[in-house]
Amino acid sequence: MESWLEVVTPGPLTTVQDLGRSGLGALGVGHSGAADTPALRLANRLLGNPESAAGLEVTFGGLELVAHGSMTVTLTGAPCPMTVDGRAHWALGVVRVPDGAHLSLGLPLTGLRSYLAVRGGIDVPEQLGSRSCDTLAVLGPAPLATGDRLPVGAPSGPLPGVDLALVAAPEAGDVSLRVVDGPRADWFTADARAALLSGAYDVTADSNRVGMRLSGPVLERARDDELPSEGMVCGALQVPPSGQPTLFLADHPVTGGYPVIAVVVPADVPRAAQVRPGQRITFVRIPSAPPDPGARE
Amino acid sequence: MLPCGDSGLLVEVQDLDAVLALYAELVDDLPEGVVDLVPAARTLMFRIDPARTDPDRVARAVRAVEPQSGHRPDAGHLEVPVTYDGADLAEVGRLTGLGERGVVEAHTAQEWTVAFCGFAPGFGYLVGVDDQLTVPRRSTPRTKVPAGSVALAGEFTGVYPQESPGGWQLIGRTTLKPWDLDREPPALLVPGIRVTFVEA
Repeated sequence: MESWLEVVTPGPLTTVQDLGRSGLGALGVGHSGAADTPALRLANRLLGNPESAAGLEVTFGGLELVAHGSMTVTLTGAPCPMTVDGRAHWALGVVRVPDGAHLSLGLPLTGLRSYLAVRGGIDVPEQLGSRSCDTLAVLGPAPLATGDRLPVGAPSGPLPGVDLALVAAPEAGDVSLRVVDGPRADWFTADARAALLSGAYDVTADSNRVGMRLSGPVLERARDDELPSEGMVCGALQVPPSGQPTLFLADHPVTGGYPVIAVVVPADVPRAAQVRPGQRITFVRIPSAPPDPGARE
Repeated sequence: MLPCGDSGLLVEVQDLDAVLALYAELVDDLPEGVVDLVPAARTLMFRIDPARTDPDRVARAVRAVEPQSGHRPDAGHLEVPVTYDGADLAEVGRLTGLGERGVVEAHTAQEWTVAFCGFAPGFGYLVGVDDQLTVPRRSTPRTKVPAGSVALAGEFTGVYPQESPGGWQLIGRTTLKPWDLDREPPALLVPGIRVTFVEA
C-alpha cells in the first residue's frame, strides 16, 4: 500500500521543492527550487534518494504531519527540534517514522529554512519538469495547507550506512557574503559602491523566496535613465529607486528593470537564504567568484 | 559582455533587432555549459553552470557568432482574434493621433514578432515593424488586469496570460489563452513566433 503524509498544520510557509526548472527562461519561467540547495541535496543523500528528489522546505518551523505508512525521514538546513509521537530527535539524523505517527517541528534554533525529506521523495506530479513550488510564477504544487495529502515515492536505492551528518548549522548574528561586481555596477556612484561594502544591511520582514529586501546605506545611482528590462540571476543585488537593495533568491523574476550593483557568489546564496529577518548582512567584494564546492549537475 | 558572478553572462547589444538576430543564431545551438538563455529588450542573459564552463568561454563562443542584422528567429505564425474594446483604446487613439479606428487598423495591419518573454510565464513582448503605436505606460498601473487583455507599452504589444497587476494601455481582449499548463507547450507566445492580430 502506498504511503503518504497528511498535513495537520503547515506552519508559516511550507512548500514542496526539488532542484528546480532549467532552460525555460525564454518563456518567462524562472528556476525556483530549494532556496538552500545544498541542504536539500544532503537530506536526499542521507536517505539514499537521488539528490533531485523533492522534499519539504519548511520556513521557520511549525509543521505538523501524520505519516500514513511507515517511512524514513531526515531534517537538514535550519535545525528545528523534531518530535515523532512526542519523542525528540536531532536534526541531521535518519529517523524511522511508524505508520500513524505524528511528526512535528518546533522553531529553528538558527537559520530560517529547514528541509524535511522522506525516503522515496515527495511524489506530487511534476509541472514543467519539476515538483518545485514557484511562489512568484504560481507553478508547481501550492504551498502546503491543512488536510493536504502528500504521496511518498518508492525508494530507488539502498539506504546509505550513515545515520548522522555533521555540517555546520546556519549562522546566528551578522553574516558576511561574498559578492562580485554586478553587470550594472557602473550605474552607481563610487560612494554607493563603497557604501555597499562598508555598512551592514538589515534583513527586513519583507523577505521571501523571491528576494530579501535589505535596509541599510542608500545606494545612489550615477545615472538616471531607465534600464530596459534584462535577465536576472539568483544572488543579484537589484537596486530600485529607493536605493535599498533586494537580494534575489530562488523564485526571483526572470527579468528585471532595475540595475544590479553586485552579485552574491553562487556558493554563498544558500547561506543568504538562511538569514532571518532581523539579522544583518555585510558584503565583501572579491575580484571573481571562487569555485562553488556545492555545484554539480 | 557583462559577467554576473560566475553563473551568468549578460550580453548587451545595440537594439532589439540585434537581440533577435543573436537569439536566432544561438537558440538551437547553445554554447556548452549554458543552461538558460533569456533574451530581453537590449540584452541576452546566458545562465551558466559554473561546474561546466565560465563566463569567458561563453563570451568567446558568443563573439564567434556573426548574426545577420534584420534576421529574426522564425518559430511559426499565430493568428490572434481580438475584440478591440479596451479601456485605454480612446486614450491610445489620442496619444498616437490615429483615433480609435486608426489604432485598430495599425494593430491589425502589421506583423508582430515575439522578441522575449518576462514579467509572468507566457507573457510575450511583441515588436512590430513600425513605431505608429509606441505609447508610454499608464502613469498609474492598474491593480487588476484581466487575463487575455491585449495591451500596448513602449514599442511593444502583449497579451496578459493571467490576471495580474499591470501598467500597459489596454486596447482589447482575446479568448486565446497565451499560457495554459494543460497544453503542450504551455506558452503560445514564445520568442520568434510571428503574430497577426485580427478583429474578432
